[in-house]
This record gives sequence, structure tokens and C-alpha cells, in this order.
Amino acid sequence: MTARDTDWDGVRLHVVTGKGGTGKTTVAAALALALAGSGRKVLLIEVEGRQGIARLFDSPPLPYAERKIAIGQGGNGNASRPGGDVYALAIDPEGALLDYLAMFYGMRSAGKALTRVGMVDFATAIAPGLSDVLVTGKATEAARRRVAGTGSRYVYDAVVMDAPPTGRIGRFLNVTTEVSDLAKVGPVRAHADTVANVIRSPQTAVHFVCTLEEMPVQETLDGIAELRKIKGIQVGGVIVNMARPALLAGDLHQAPDLPALAAALAAAGLGDTGQLAADLAAELAEHADRVELQDRERAELDAAGQPIYELPLITEGIDLAALHRLAAELRDQGAA
Amino acid sequence: MSATPPRLEIDRLIDDRRTRIIVCCGSGGVGKTTTAAAIGLRAAERGRQVCVLTVDPARRLAQSMGLTSLDNTPRRVEGVEAGGNGSLHAMMLDMKRTFDEIVEAHADPARAAQILANPFYQSLSSSFAGTQEYMAMEKLGQLRRSDEWDLIVVDTPPSRSALDFLDAPERLGRFLDGRLIRLLASPVRAGRPFTKVINAGFTMMTGALTKLLGGQLLRDAQTFITAFDTLFGGFRERADATYRLLQAPGTAFLVVAAPEPDALREAAYFVERLGEERMPLAGLILNRVHRLPASRLSAPRSLAAAETLEAGTLEPDGHQVAVAALRLHAERMTLSEREQRVAGAFTSAHPAVPVAEVAALPVDVHDLKGLRRLAKDLAGLGR
Repeated sequence: MTARDTDWDGVRLHVVTGKGGTGKTTVAAALALALAGSGRKVLLIEVEGRQGIARLFDSPPLPYAERKIAIGQGGNGNASRPGGDVYALAIDPEGALLDYLAMFYGMRSAGKALTRVGMVDFATAIAPGLSDVLVTGKATEAARRRVAGTGSRYVYDAVVMDAPPTGRIGRFLNVTTEVSDLAKVGPVRAHADTVANVIRSPQTAVHFVCTLEEMPVQETLDGIAELRKIKGIQVGGVIVNMARPALLAGDLHQAPDLPALAAALAAAGLGDTGQLAADLAAELAEHADRVELQDRERAELDAAGQPIYELPLITEGIDLAALHRLAAELRDQGAA
Repeated sequence: MSATPPRLEIDRLIDDRRTRIIVCCGSGGVGKTTTAAAIGLRAAERGRQVCVLTVDPARRLAQSMGLTSLDNTPRRVEGVEAGGNGSLHAMMLDMKRTFDEIVEAHADPARAAQILANPFYQSLSSSFAGTQEYMAMEKLGQLRRSDEWDLIVVDTPPSRSALDFLDAPERLGRFLDGRLIRLLASPVRAGRPFTKVINAGFTMMTGALTKLLGGQLLRDAQTFITAFDTLFGGFRERADATYRLLQAPGTAFLVVAAPEPDALREAAYFVERLGEERMPLAGLILNRVHRLPASRLSAPRSLAAAETLEAGTLEPDGHQVAVAALRLHAERMTLSEREQRVAGAFTSAHPAVPVAEVAALPVDVHDLKGLRRLAKDLAGLGR
């Protein structure tokens, strides 16, 4: 099954974060498709209750249950080998709490009664880290779950989590500290420790989705620095999303020869070529500015020293075909 | 295509002295904070005495307004070319300190100290989902009551959903007023027959909570609730008063969205919700729209022209720039048409909502000059 090396062999839980508006959910979905090579089974998890995955795959809202949602990338360039299965799961704190009570204490009905009187609000207010622990706990459980009876084979070859945004990721993943401030002992503390052991192991990597703009890059660098301070957490790749291609060598962008451009437009059968040439030249100049900014921001990201993958801007909008295109890019670049 | 929406006249809104509060809302990553700052600056330069309340500004934007620390106090912004007796102040919200101040204002010193030191309170005041929104509203109420500014521009907290701003205070109120917390605050009033049932349920619940969190935590919570009890009525009233302030005629909501499906879906939810709550919506700001100088040339024609040139044998090298320009234009037209389609869908569903567009900038805004240009664009005067 180890058909080819990727940059993240050995990682079972891929946590994907990113600033709002950078396409975090899209990239997480593409990564799940990319990881689901033939014979492989991948779980894509959503934690923020926004049903972004369902919308992306054009499916009805996801329940708190693992459902097959797509088929991954075909096997290694061999068209006769179809991709593996991608399952999806939407975790909400309430469901995770009930799950936890049922799994560890056999308290499903008591849990439901507690939910009715505002238990989830209450428990998360008492220990704000609690819902994070329960949510990440569910993800780590899925990543470690083994096929019953075999005792060795994992149910999922990889789990991809569409995690909270960059500004909140450190706190979200730093579960033990958050909880231990409040719960010094007790079962939740023990549970948090178990979860933390998975999060802070080589089996987990945290990837950052970023666009080549100032604020997202700054937030990414801040996020990486923050995670590096948490012992044992493996910072993964930086996935640059919606990158614009350069199109032309740098000097050609600047101040094109307007009469020559107008003549070329005329040769192509277009009218009003004088004004059109000027307008297109303005568009070229703006594009050149953007490419220059992208290069500058890319250099900043480079300095962080993490592997960088780059996904193109898809102007037509994101559909399943586009997701597969992005997944193929991620595979080609070695991210999966 | 869909009908053109009415134009959102920002200058008319900010020049109207009856406008006392402008709330900028929208989902994360759409440029709310920058928009709020730009509107505040423009209003100040048109003679209003403005305070911009921001929640979590990007570092450089904060610096551009002279905000270097999160100190919960409005600071005068230097470099404003104020018209008349206009002025601009800005502040960053410190939610914990705002919460502390309420406690200090409502409890005697000994009790306040007891509450502030309680671990449960500390967790509630620094990370309960909703505290930030509640405190933003509380601060807004304080600024409004102080009457030092004749216009307050609020940037709502960065939450995943624009609705959180409206829902969170209610959620915090409901939580503090909740059945569970009432039960915990008054455990075991023995002897009364009807409480037996409640007590049985209560025992089960505390049992489960103890299992989850440990006994110490529960005791902290009970201590807190008992101490907080006297404060609580005041709390609820304040939240209600601020909520009513948002329904008052001097308030205007501006919904900010990028021309993308997710952001506009959130914007639509929010617009519908404002209607239900009878809160005054001024309009939609469509931020980061891609405008093209050569928009009269369609994407297919542009691509066709590029292909014609590539296929031509004349001067194969000479057309390199033209081909690139045409291909780039086609790609950007596709993007721009998609934006218009997405925005058109919003307008079809909400034809009466006025809209103002702001062009996408190649670089971020991080000085007053940039804010001024953005505001000018927002006012429909180009750059």
C-alpha cells in the first residue's frame, strides 16, 4: 500500500487551519480526496457546525455520523484503479459530549436529559476547553480506531479535520493546558491527556491554509510560531490557496508598448484598439503589482521553513471537479 | 440579469446627525474592521465626533489608528483631516476588563474581589462563547450613554457567523439565568415535597458533572453563582437595554460581505434576522469586488482573440504581451462575472437592500491614506 512517498507519511491525523476567507474547508476537502488513493479510506471532519463540507460536496446536511461522501483520487495515474472512499462527519460539542458520556459511562439517556437543561452550555462555560477536548477527542478516536477483530488494522488510513481558524488554533489544540487550569484531576483531565498524546505525536500534523496577502500571511506566521511553542505539536505544510500565475516574465508586465499592443489587438480582429490597449495595459500593471506582492509574501512564508504547496485560483468557483483538480495538485506536489 | 439594487449612500448616512450608531457586521475575513475604520475616518473628516470600537484589528491596521495596546479606552487618532469640529477616537475592546468593570460597579468591594478571584468567573469572563459579543454590546452601551461622541462605529467580533453578535448576549443571559444554574445556586431546599423530583434530577446532574469535571470545579461554580446572584438582575437588564438601543432609530446596521457564496449567504441570513428583530438595516457593503477597466470585452471574445493571435504566423514573438493580456483579461472577466452572479442572487432575494461596492485592493490597507481612499470608493466617488 505504500505506493509512493509523500511529505507526511506516518501522519494519520491532518489538522487543517487557516484564516477566514482563505478556503480552509475547500483545501481540507481536497486534501481528503488526495489522501484517498485506491484502497485507502479517509475521514473528513468538520467541527464548527457550518455544514461547509456538505455544501462543498453538494450533499444534504451531515448528521453526527460518518457518511460516505465522495470517492478519492484514482490510483497513481492508473485509470483502472478507482480512488478510495472519503467519509465525512460533522462534530458538534453537544453530540461529542453525549458520545463521551455514552462511551465512557454508559450514560446516554442521562446525557440527553442534561442537554435539555442547558448542560452543554454549562459544561463548556465551566471549562471552555471542554468542548474542544470533546471535539478533538472524537477526531483522535477516529484516527486511532481499529477494525474490530483484527486488532491491528486501522479503520481509516487518514483523518482530515477542518479545524477552527488560525486565530483560535493554538488554544483549540492545546487541550491539556486549557482543561487542567480548571480540572486538576478527574476523568475529563485523563481524557484530555489521552487526546493530547495523539495531538502531540508524529501521527498528527497541523497544516496552514493561506492566501498570498499580507494579513493571512501574518496570521499564518503567528500561528506557526504559536504552535511551535506547544511541545510535541508537529507543524505541517503551508498550503497557499488561490495563487495567481505570473503569466509573463517580470519586466514584460511593466509598461507595455501601447501602439504594438493596439496593433496586435487589431490583428486579432478587435475594435477600438487604442483605448482597449490602454485598459488592458492597466490590467496587466495591476496584475504585475499583485504578482510582486505574492512573491514578497511567498518569501515571508518561505522564511518559516515549512514545506509550501501552491494551489491555483479557480475562477469558475469550486465544484467537485475543481476539488479533484486541487487534490491532484496536492498529490503532485507531495502533500498527499 | 437581476435588477440593479438601490445605491447605499454612505455620505448621506454619516452626514445625518440622527445617525448615532453604525454597526458593521458580517462573517469572518470579509474586511469588517477595515470598513468600520474607513467609515469612522470619513465621518470624522466630514465633521462628526466619532468613536470607532474595534474588537480584534489586524496589527498594522491598529497601528495606523495609533492603537498600540488593548487598553479599553478610546484614544484620539492623529493625522485626521477633520472638517468642522470633527474628531476620531478609536479603541480596542478588552472583554475581560469590561466584564470586571461591570462586576466592580455592581458589587461591594469585598464581594467584587471574591467574584473576580473565582476560577469559574475567570473562565467565564475570558472564554465563554458569547462573552466577547456581550461585552462588545456592553461597551457600546457605555460609550453611547457617555454622550461624548455623536457617532459610534462598531466592528463586531470575529465569529464564524454574523448572527453570533445578536445571539450571544441572549445566550449568555440565558445561561446565567438557566435552570441548571438556578438549581446549582439553591441546592437542596429539603422538606418541600415538590422539590423531591427536582432533587432527584439534580443529584443525577451533579453526579454527571462531577464525573466530568471533578468536585472542586463544581464547588467553584456554586460559589460563583451564589456571589453573582445579586448582580444578576442588573446584568440581564443591561443586556436588554443595549438590545433595545440597537432597535432604536439612531442605529444603522451595515452588513459587510465579499462577493463569495458563503459570505453572501451569511449576509442574507443576517439581513433576514435584522428584519425579524426590527433592527434598522442601512445596507450591504460588497467588499473586494474585482472591477476591470476593459470590462466591455467579454471573456470568450478575449480568449478567442488570444487564440487567433497564437494561431497566426505573423510575428510570433511580437504578440506575446497581447496574448498574455488577453488571457489575463479573460480569466479576470470570468472571476468578475461569477462575482456579479453571486451578488445578483443576493439582490434578487433582497431587492430593497441598498448596496455599495468597494473594489478589491491589490495591497492591504494599513494607513490613514489607505482608509481614506477606501472610504471614498465606498462613498461611490471612485479612488
